Amino acid sequence: MSDAAYPAAAGARSRSAAPRGRLLDGPAGLAPTRRLSGKRIMIYGGLLIFSAYYLLPLWVMVMTSLKGMPEIRMGNIFAPPVEITFEPWVKAWSEACTGLNCDGLSRGFWNSVAIVIPATILSIAVAAVNGYALVNWRFKGSEVFFTILIFGAFIPYQVMIYPIVIILREIGLMGSVWGLVLVHVVFGMPIITLLFRNYFSSLPPELFKAARVDGAGFWGIFLRVLVPMSLPIFTVAVILQVTGIWNDFLFGVIYTRPESYPMTVQLNNIVNSVQGVREYNVNMAATLLTGLVPLTIYFLSGKLFVRGIAAGAVKG
Amino acid sequence: MAHSGPPIRLFQNWSAKLAATPMILTALVVFIGCSLWTVVYSFTNSRLLPRLDFVGLAQYERLWSTPRWQVSIENLAIYGILALVLTLAIGFLLAVLLDQKIRFEDGFRTIILFPYALSFIVTGVVWQWILNPDFGLQHIIRGMGFSGFTFDPLNNPDLVIVALLAAGIWQGAGLTTVIMLAGLRGIDEDVWKASRVDGIPAWKTYLFIILPMMKPVFATCIVLISAGIIKLYDLVVALTRGGPGIASEVPAKYVYDYMFGNQNLGQGFAASTMMLAAVLAIIIPFALFRMGRKRHV
Repeated sequence: MSDAAYPAAAGARSRSAAPRGRLLDGPAGLAPTRRLSGKRIMIYGGLLIFSAYYLLPLWVMVMTSLKGMPEIRMGNIFAPPVEITFEPWVKAWSEACTGLNCDGLSRGFWNSVAIVIPATILSIAVAAVNGYALVNWRFKGSEVFFTILIFGAFIPYQVMIYPIVIILREIGLMGSVWGLVLVHVVFGMPIITLLFRNYFSSLPPELFKAARVDGAGFWGIFLRVLVPMSLPIFTVAVILQVTGIWNDFLFGVIYTRPESYPMTVQLNNIVNSVQGVREYNVNMAATLLTGLVPLTIYFLSGKLFVRGIAAGAVKG
Repeated sequence: MAHSGPPIRLFQNWSAKLAATPMILTALVVFIGCSLWTVVYSFTNSRLLPRLDFVGLAQYERLWSTPRWQVSIENLAIYGILALVLTLAIGFLLAVLLDQKIRFEDGFRTIILFPYALSFIVTGVVWQWILNPDFGLQHIIRGMGFSGFTFDPLNNPDLVIVALLAAGIWQGAGLTTVIMLAGLRGIDEDVWKASRVDGIPAWKTYLFIILPMMKPVFATCIVLISAGIIKLYDLVVALTRGGPGIASEVPAKYVYDYMFGNQNLGQGFAASTMMLAAVLAIIIPFALFRMGRKRHV
């Protein structure tokens, strides 16, 4: 107990250095130069144990995907491959079978690309304009619609999926990629609108007033004043939407036909198909391929990703 | 107040209303309209196609007497309580550990949060492999000399929830950690100064002073985690497909299977309406709590 007060002291010092920004900017203040006390060892020990829990599945995925099936049958899933082979990756990408098609995950990959790009652009465009209208052009009832929108984010999708099937059928988009895009625009709207509304309301209102005085209209102010200065929030929105839409399974399986299934649906069909011999290395390569896009975004964007989910979560 | 008021004349603001049409349509047609539609049709005996042939509460009676639904609800309750408690506990513990002015904080945070970027399908498939009885954890621990060791949650109806928890927490606890860390960083440093002056040990400060101050952060986390728990679907599909038998079925899967697999729409509607009711039971108290707080401040 002799050094029990020590973390508190260290904590207090770091807090005075950078009270709020540290989550985004990393540790601030003096670097810890102290000897390793028992407390420190416990702290790092705890973090290392949790890190192992988080990292081992990734390690196992990579290792399994680089082994041949004979080695998997004999060996240990944690052991690195004796003989590295990229054949499972090639097979997962271009030969693995789902139902009748045997052209691998590449089909799902390109389907997902064809879904994610328009859905991300459209949903962000719509939500950004919503946020702008909610902050700068309030009209009677606008806050009511916004409140409904935010509450709607919590309604289980299962309640709405069937009526949406009917709507999509009526407008002729059921089964097509565009129907799924529309669904993603609708269900992405609450969080992205919230993101833009919070961002626009944090901008100085003088900007808007000055542009009004200069005679700029609704679209003029939005496109020439607000959009150019909103690059960070657009980036956050793109990160959120690309990962969210890429990772979707439920909407993909309901609103598209097998030939335009997104990658997640195809992955599930490959791995959980009942027929055929299970090729675990191909499965793991397919899993990694499916996770590659969101993981790349995550590791490249780092702090922006955290900022996006934190902004969406805390303020919501 | 901080913004210029809306233009007085109605037509001046028409472009804003036009621009907000997608939002208005989403709010009214999808969130309210589609939800009400499903609730209304849950009182009909729709099977292959939705029909307005009202049968009162018959669908609900059937729902609650179906073993698969009972198992689904039971699973969701067990999984939900355990996932909520474990996620909050792990999230808070990790946030406190990360808050100790450690080296490589960014690195640790990146590791803890990365599964959150992955889909539940990917998560489920990976854990299915790790928990595979012939190659995964059980096989390895047996190989270490414990030949009698059994840990096969994917084929054991009593333990299958453990598999879902291991995977679900792996994917989601990072988010809670990050939110809690932001909460810890938002706490006034004077609290720490005061507790230091009084000579209160750090762990006591965290447990008895900081934790109660984090109530709003916990409330946010609870709502987020609960909303995710009720929607639990993809993970089950990818990890267990509801098995072994019906041991890991969940309500969202019941809804999907009855609507799109069994051509029994009425059951699907009734089940999804029950899910909506459950969400409302969580959201409404939370909204009232938030509104009450705003009024007091």
